[in-house]
Amino acid sequence: MNEPTVSREALFELHTDIDVAVARRGVRDWAAELGLSMVDLTKVVTAASELARNAVIHGGGGEMCLQIVTERDRQGLRMMFRDNGPGIAEVDRAMQDGYSTGRGMGLGLPGARRLVNEFALASTPSEGTCVTIIRWKK
Amino acid sequence: MTADRIPILRMGRSLLVTIQVDMHDQLAMTLQNDLAEAIGKHNARGVLLDISGLEIVDSFIGRMLANTAAMSRVLDAETVVVGMQPAVAITLVELGLSLPGVHMALDIERGLALLQRPVEILA
Repeated sequence: MNEPTVSREALFELHTDIDVAVARRGVRDWAAELGLSMVDLTKVVTAASELARNAVIHGGGGEMCLQIVTERDRQGLRMMFRDNGPGIAEVDRAMQDGYSTGRGMGLGLPGARRLVNEFALASTPSEGTCVTIIRWKK
Repeated sequence: MTADRIPILRMGRSLLVTIQVDMHDQLAMTLQNDLAEAIGKHNARGVLLDISGLEIVDSFIGRMLANTAAMSRVLDAETVVVGMQPAVAITLVELGLSLPGVHMALDIERGLALLQRPVEILA
């Protein structure tokens, strides 16, 4: 896969629930500017909300890097959520519906994956987790 | 910039809540607790949650809605969620949230009709 070109980038700190709301708003605004349909916009903002909250609750805080990316003739929104938390010991299980170690319903990761076009998770126990998602404009 | 409380209105024996701001998690938790108190205080039989102003419902807000419905049932009140935007409904289903036990209605009028039904039977 060719690395898409980044035409715009912003960084959001993720430490509190207010930060999650601010990051969500950032994604919403850029998705609207990019011209995503209402349904696609809602999906990507919801996915971002789940992953941003994960970084705060499970990762002990982190950051979201928001980008507008271009690959050949298509444009999309890419988000990278990084935290320095304990990492995910069982990635396969964490990707299953209903698996949760926290107080959630265990829908965050698998749910977020269903809401975007591309999803990649890299986690190292005791070093942290990085989740990258892309939603392409149709 | 952000409100720290969402107002709860009383209409007869129903409580009406209109969410018009992007809810951060603490705000959602505060609303859930305020509603429990208000149901007891006003002896309410129904709670109408208007979420037409919500741009997204993620798993946290979804859980808050389900918890509010469960909690109000224990307090002998019914909860109806109204005004969910179509894009939000599509996203919720894909996310995997089915909101069991939460009554849904298209708008406030139908939501109120739903709430008034059991009261009429009892009367």
